[in-house]
Amino acid sequence: MSVLSGLLSALGETARDVLPIAAVLVGFQVLVLRRSIPHPGRILGGFVFVVIGLSLFLQGLEQALFPIGQLMALQLTDPEFLLQTASGALGAVRWQDYYWVYAFAFCIGFATTIAEPALIAVAMKAEDVSAGAIGSIGLRVAVALGVAVGIALGAWRIVTGLPLEYFIMAGYVVVIIQTIFAPRLIIALAYDSGGVTTSTVTVPLVAALGLGLAGNVPGRSPLIDGFGLIAFASLFPIMSVLAYAQIVEWRSRRKRRDEESPP
Amino acid sequence: MKSQLRAFFVTVRGSVRDLAPIFVVIAAFQLLVLQQPIPDVGQLLGGAVLIILGLTFFVIGLETGLFPLGESMAHDFARKGSLFWLLLFGFALGFGTTVAEPALIAVAGEAARVAADAGLIEATDADRERFAGGLRLTVALAVGLAIMVGALRIVMGWPIHYLIIGGYAGVVVMTRFAPPEIIGVAYDAGGVTTSTITVPLVAALGVGLAASIKGRNPVVDGFGLIAFASLTPMIFVMGYGVLLQ
Repeated sequence: MSVLSGLLSALGETARDVLPIAAVLVGFQVLVLRRSIPHPGRILGGFVFVVIGLSLFLQGLEQALFPIGQLMALQLTDPEFLLQTASGALGAVRWQDYYWVYAFAFCIGFATTIAEPALIAVAMKAEDVSAGAIGSIGLRVAVALGVAVGIALGAWRIVTGLPLEYFIMAGYVVVIIQTIFAPRLIIALAYDSGGVTTSTVTVPLVAALGLGLAGNVPGRSPLIDGFGLIAFASLFPIMSVLAYAQIVEWRSRRKRRDEESPP
Repeated sequence: MKSQLRAFFVTVRGSVRDLAPIFVVIAAFQLLVLQQPIPDVGQLLGGAVLIILGLTFFVIGLETGLFPLGESMAHDFARKGSLFWLLLFGFALGFGTTVAEPALIAVAGEAARVAADAGLIEATDADRERFAGGLRLTVALAVGLAIMVGALRIVMGWPIHYLIIGGYAGVVVMTRFAPPEIIGVAYDAGGVTTSTITVPLVAALGVGLAASIKGRNPVVDGFGLIAFASLTPMIFVMGYGVLLQ
């Protein structure tokens, strides 16, 4: 029974999110474009599918994954657990002792990004318009690796307390350098992949990890140090996607050269 | 009907594959690292079924609803040829979808607590509410402006990296002047603005626009709207912090 009522409230919430979007779309279609949309019934059906799908998805996440994932984030950052596994156990926990936290950050960053619906949408679109030159799975794995590294590094930053700005600025410098050398086709898509990685699935789990860490590490305040993981998770995929495109181009260029001049 | 059913099962299989990593990670850490049993297996399995079904419906809905609609509207705007209405549409779409975004509402509330703790605003409910409301409006303005500029860029064919690098410069400059307490919130604000329904629509809009304007390449020019939408909120939120100071 509680599943059903949860489902209904999720449905209501999603419908409310869709309402402003639908209002803008319908308003402009009717008042400005004044053209009829092809297959209106089909499109409306698609919208209904999206709303129902997202509601089921959110309800399932809330029922199955978020409670256990958030509990794990708290348990892994608990000083008692850390002392148990700490190598130099002298009553103090050093930054190296958080290795399970970094490992969890990496794995959960990768896994949640692969399941992120917004990224699935963009990757489908990219494969479609590039006529298969940009593979949907390859793109998503590249993005997910970027998020994984970003969140693991972000967790390390919270533990060590280094200022967030320095990491972000250094990241910008790397992105700009990569942009100079990257194939033109991928640049816009790489920038976009930074924004799509962090939504429905990733944010709640990652936020729990950040707040748990900042609350448990001595000298950190959850209010100030708990933020910043999402910023990392949106910056690093840009680098990983640019790097992925670079590697693909290098390999195809070398293959071409090998074919042109047989040994 | 039979082929539709088969397509449905292919999508289900895709969803299972997409979700498998999360379950593997959670189970591995729970059993091997924390060495605790998995609580309430029944509820977990029920939830997993919901997630898989939900993702499947979402993907089917994308292909039949959101993508065709975004593209058809982009074509119509291109054919209409009025830049003004296109830009207004971009702004309305960005602003309208962001101002009510639940993730943003949560972050704004959290940010108000930070600001009150740091003494940036008075620690009363009314002040916190005003701060959170102002923050939401700021971010929504930023996203509206981002989609507008992004659409203008597609029409004009400007290379994206100049705009992005300009945006980075804006972030760096604002970081120097913004109150330190707001920096973390501002950086995160960029990531939370783009919701799961907005992203496919905006992507379809950009690609459709680039496809229907002569001389634009859908891959090179069509993407990038979401990138702007996650960059401008950082600048605007820090600006909001400067104004409050």
